[in-house]
Amino acid sequence: MIELEDVAYSYGGAELFAGLSLNLAPGSFQFLTGPSGAGKTTLLKLCYGDLRPTSGAVRLFNMDVSTMQRDDVALARRRIGVVHQDCQFLDHLPVAENIALPLQVAGRAGEAAGNLDDLMAWVGLRAQAEQLPPELSGGERQRAALARAVITSPDVVIADEPTGNVDWEMSQRLLTLLVELNRMGKTVLIATHDMNLIRAAKSQVSANVLRLKNRQLQTGVAL
Amino acid sequence: MRGRLTKVVALLVGDPQADRAVPPTGFTARLTVFTAAAMAFLAVFAIALSLATGRLADRWAAELARTSTLRISAPVDQADAQVRAALQVLETTPGVASARPLSDDEERALLEPWFGPDLPLETLPIPQLIEIVQDSGGYDATGLRARLQAEVPGAILDDHTRWREPLIAAADRLRLLGWFALLLIGAATAAMITLAAQSALSANAQVIRVMRLVGARDTYIARAFVRRFTLRALAGAVIGTGLGLLAVMALPNGDAGGFLTGLGFQGLGWLVPLLVPPLAGAVAFFATRAAALQTLRSQS
Repeated sequence: MIELEDVAYSYGGAELFAGLSLNLAPGSFQFLTGPSGAGKTTLLKLCYGDLRPTSGAVRLFNMDVSTMQRDDVALARRRIGVVHQDCQFLDHLPVAENIALPLQVAGRAGEAAGNLDDLMAWVGLRAQAEQLPPELSGGERQRAALARAVITSPDVVIADEPTGNVDWEMSQRLLTLLVELNRMGKTVLIATHDMNLIRAAKSQVSANVLRLKNRQLQTGVAL
Repeated sequence: MRGRLTKVVALLVGDPQADRAVPPTGFTARLTVFTAAAMAFLAVFAIALSLATGRLADRWAAELARTSTLRISAPVDQADAQVRAALQVLETTPGVASARPLSDDEERALLEPWFGPDLPLETLPIPQLIEIVQDSGGYDATGLRARLQAEVPGAILDDHTRWREPLIAAADRLRLLGWFALLLIGAATAAMITLAAQSALSANAQVIRVMRLVGARDTYIARAFVRRFTLRALAGAVIGTGLGLLAVMALPNGDAGGFLTGLGFQGLGWLVPLLVPPLAGAVAFFATRAAALQTLRSQS
């Protein structure tokens, strides 16, 4: 699915990490932890082609990122649902249209009709469907971003601190959604600080924990 | 080629849904419409200038080319004989429709602006003028000059070329300037639309980021901007062309037939300015598309 091979990334002359390899196998469930500033967000961005590695190779669906055109990246994004840490929306369009946007740009708007309502109910945003994104609370924005990330039923879901602003009950709900998607065969990669969330997930699914620390990536970390 | 055309049409027709992705902007939109209208207004006048000078050049050329003058300077006692000889030569020259010596009154009228009325013409050695009117084919000036030189040594043929050429050259140059002005107007429109599109693109950086994140291709993102600016330029140009045509219609139509009063459209010429709005739309389409795709490509 997504492979990083001996990847290094430097930012402004300083090396964030080097010699990093990672293979997101289809159907796997991975958590990414590590101290703030270790480069978790950067690592995720490499995984969905938003950044290109300083050295080493990143392959998305068996295509080398360095040889991908902008349209290739766009097409790869349709198979990767992304939840940003700072969720950005089209602020002049209602929440429902924002959530359906990935289908819209992919020319699959017709599919929205059935799924959109269920999905919005699942993330608890049915009442907010016609509101504009700036009117939502931080937690509501994150739920909307997650709904937008999964509406196309992507092969991979990448989420950066998806439960940062939501209460425990809601984060359980979101986790259940991600676990459900994983059971359907989707690959899930979540960056989080929340150890309780990881423990809760491990009781439902066999999750692997990655830790990014001191410019190295450790896999199979025990909590 | 067909596929390309389909693509262009699809881009132009656009996707109303893609269009919605970009928030409506009031002020810059009105500025674009205004500038397109102003440019179209100017374009109408540039076209009027070009067409009018074209007609003027044709008219001068035709009027001056139809007639020429033969001037006979001879001692008084030989004058009549030479005039007769010259008329004989002219009558047998193919391409000459008629030849007629000017009367004393006519010659006096010609000189009046310089010497005033009551000029005692008979006391002055004024050359006799013969007016030649050509038929549609015209005559061979070189051949005629050679024959005249042999038979009427005092005759000088003036076919008005000397007068005609600078006038026609001036009219042609004016027409060229008119077309050049049109070209400049088109280029300025393209530059203005590019600037407006670029400012819209940078004002909507977040929109572009979001669209890109959810997997929109560049053409999809560009489409929203292209459609918008094309329609704005088209609307502005329709308004500007309409006002320009009204202004040309309202020009005082003097009967002097001078250059200024001749500025306007005639017959099918009225249809030419109608090309301005579609051309403005096309310019906006390509300018916005180029600006949008360039801006998008310059991003990661």
